[in-house]
Amino acid sequence: MIPYWPYSNKVFTMSLNNADVRKVARLARLAMSETEIETARSQLSGIFALIAEMQAVDTRGIEPMSHAQDVSQRLREDVVTETNQRELFQSVAPQVEAGLYLVPQVIE
Amino acid sequence: MINASIKQLSAALAARTISSVELTQLYLDRIARLNPKLNAYLTVQPEVSLAQARVADARLAAGNAEALTGIPIAQKDIFCAKDWLTTCGSKMLHNFVSPYDAHVIARFNDAGAVNLGKTNMDEFAMGSSNETSHYGPVKNPWDQARVPGGSSGGSACAIAARLCAAATGTDTGGSIRQPAALCGISGLKPTYGVVSRYGMIAFASSLDQAGPMGRSAEDLALLLNTMAGFDERDSTSLQREKEDYARDLAKPLNGLRIGLPKEFFAEGLGGDVAQAVEAAIAEYRKLGATVVGISLPNSKLSVPVYYVLAPAEASSNLSRFDGVRYGYRAPEYTDLADMYEKSRAQGFGAEVKRRIMIGTYVLSHGYYDAYYLQAQKIRRLIAQDFTEAFRHCDVIMGPTAPSTAFKLGEKGDDPVQMYLSDIYTIAVNLAGLPGMSIPCGFGANNMPVGLQIIGNYFGEARMLNAAHQYQLATDWHSRAPQGI
Repeated sequence: MIPYWPYSNKVFTMSLNNADVRKVARLARLAMSETEIETARSQLSGIFALIAEMQAVDTRGIEPMSHAQDVSQRLREDVVTETNQRELFQSVAPQVEAGLYLVPQVIE
Repeated sequence: MINASIKQLSAALAARTISSVELTQLYLDRIARLNPKLNAYLTVQPEVSLAQARVADARLAAGNAEALTGIPIAQKDIFCAKDWLTTCGSKMLHNFVSPYDAHVIARFNDAGAVNLGKTNMDEFAMGSSNETSHYGPVKNPWDQARVPGGSSGGSACAIAARLCAAATGTDTGGSIRQPAALCGISGLKPTYGVVSRYGMIAFASSLDQAGPMGRSAEDLALLLNTMAGFDERDSTSLQREKEDYARDLAKPLNGLRIGLPKEFFAEGLGGDVAQAVEAAIAEYRKLGATVVGISLPNSKLSVPVYYVLAPAEASSNLSRFDGVRYGYRAPEYTDLADMYEKSRAQGFGAEVKRRIMIGTYVLSHGYYDAYYLQAQKIRRLIAQDFTEAFRHCDVIMGPTAPSTAFKLGEKGDDPVQMYLSDIYTIAVNLAGLPGMSIPCGFGANNMPVGLQIIGNYFGEARMLNAAHQYQLATDWHSRAPQGI
């Protein structure tokens, strides 16, 4: 029961199923158990009901707004500005060896 | 001393009636006593803070102090600070000691301010109650059974409880203004692009903006003077003439036109909040302002639009946390993909994962136009509503949040209800406008109510003027919670 709902009273039927959620979790690189998938599906359905409010708005001829200020990207000279701080930056890494980040073997 | 303004503290430091070391120690003692209850700070390093205070004292003695030299300021844990643990409220960064300073941190260091510690926050700034922090929720100092708001809840709590002179926050959908309202303090989100985002851990890059939080509008102006300014390391930092945000504080309010959006005073607004906000508007009339009715017809769409755009940007930004270069790595895994998936599943909390999932979905093949592009189009309609409104008024006022602070756990099971607590603040971020919240009374259960002031682009000095004049005529901003 939602105590305050400022939108239309339409009942939204969400087509999101567990297979969709599993696919999204895979794309997002998030390990999820079957129980977590089920919880996520039910919560995401509620959120998508909220988001569905947008669909009724007529936006023909409206330019998408990607940024708060409509300014173009600033360019800079192609010169080196940073000094080498490899040891400092690697000091916070989970696993390094000889200046390299270690991950499980990918190529046999 | 703990109730003094930055200006008064500055004067006391200059007159040598107190040293920065004494002032810093005073706050550190209060933190040691009160933080176990309030959980406002995640990290304090007394020796580091006191060393900064000693340097500030030397600078004060040498006579080359600035407005913030020697002032103890708390930093939201979203700002990377060199040699400080910087967790962003997440298990993902539980062991991340930053190797560099964010622009904002560097500006405060250059000004000679003392970093008093890192404040608790919702995980990766995703939340409106501070309950998503991996390190436990912050308590509202006015009633410890209630939330302080979020995501800058630790900073808001620390200011209200007199655990610092001022603090920083960040605001993506209301994360400075809503906790400021719920804790009875003042907070300002500047125009997008005014404060550099360099070294501020990214949530939704087209919306994120850092700003000051403090006990008064006058304090905010001094803090913003230090925080604002061009930085070439942030591609959205704006190149503008340097401004003195305190320049208009003393101006009378005669002729100020206040716009009241009818949508902000409709169903959904708590009666106690409405009453306090209306009383504040009446006070503004007494101060010489005139009131004009305006409409922001698309503003109610700001919540759905935000919950497409912010998660979409977050899902991209948070893809950097992969257990390779920094942060949490799962203890056991079979191969590289398994390492990514387990590290992220174990390192992120439920709300962060939820938003990554939403963002990944709306950006995925077949849904991009229906969700992401449609949201960006409505974002423009929302921004255009404000442009039209500002043809008739100088500032817009209304409630910051629909209710006063709610109880811990009250909205825990329902993400949508939590999202609706930012219904009056989100539109401001989508448009990129400056917005602030100042205390304007008390509602049900004697909890603070915030008045939101929205300005036109780069209208910060005008908003601070309006807020300061109100604070000269009222004393809501100087009230302190009992037993603190």
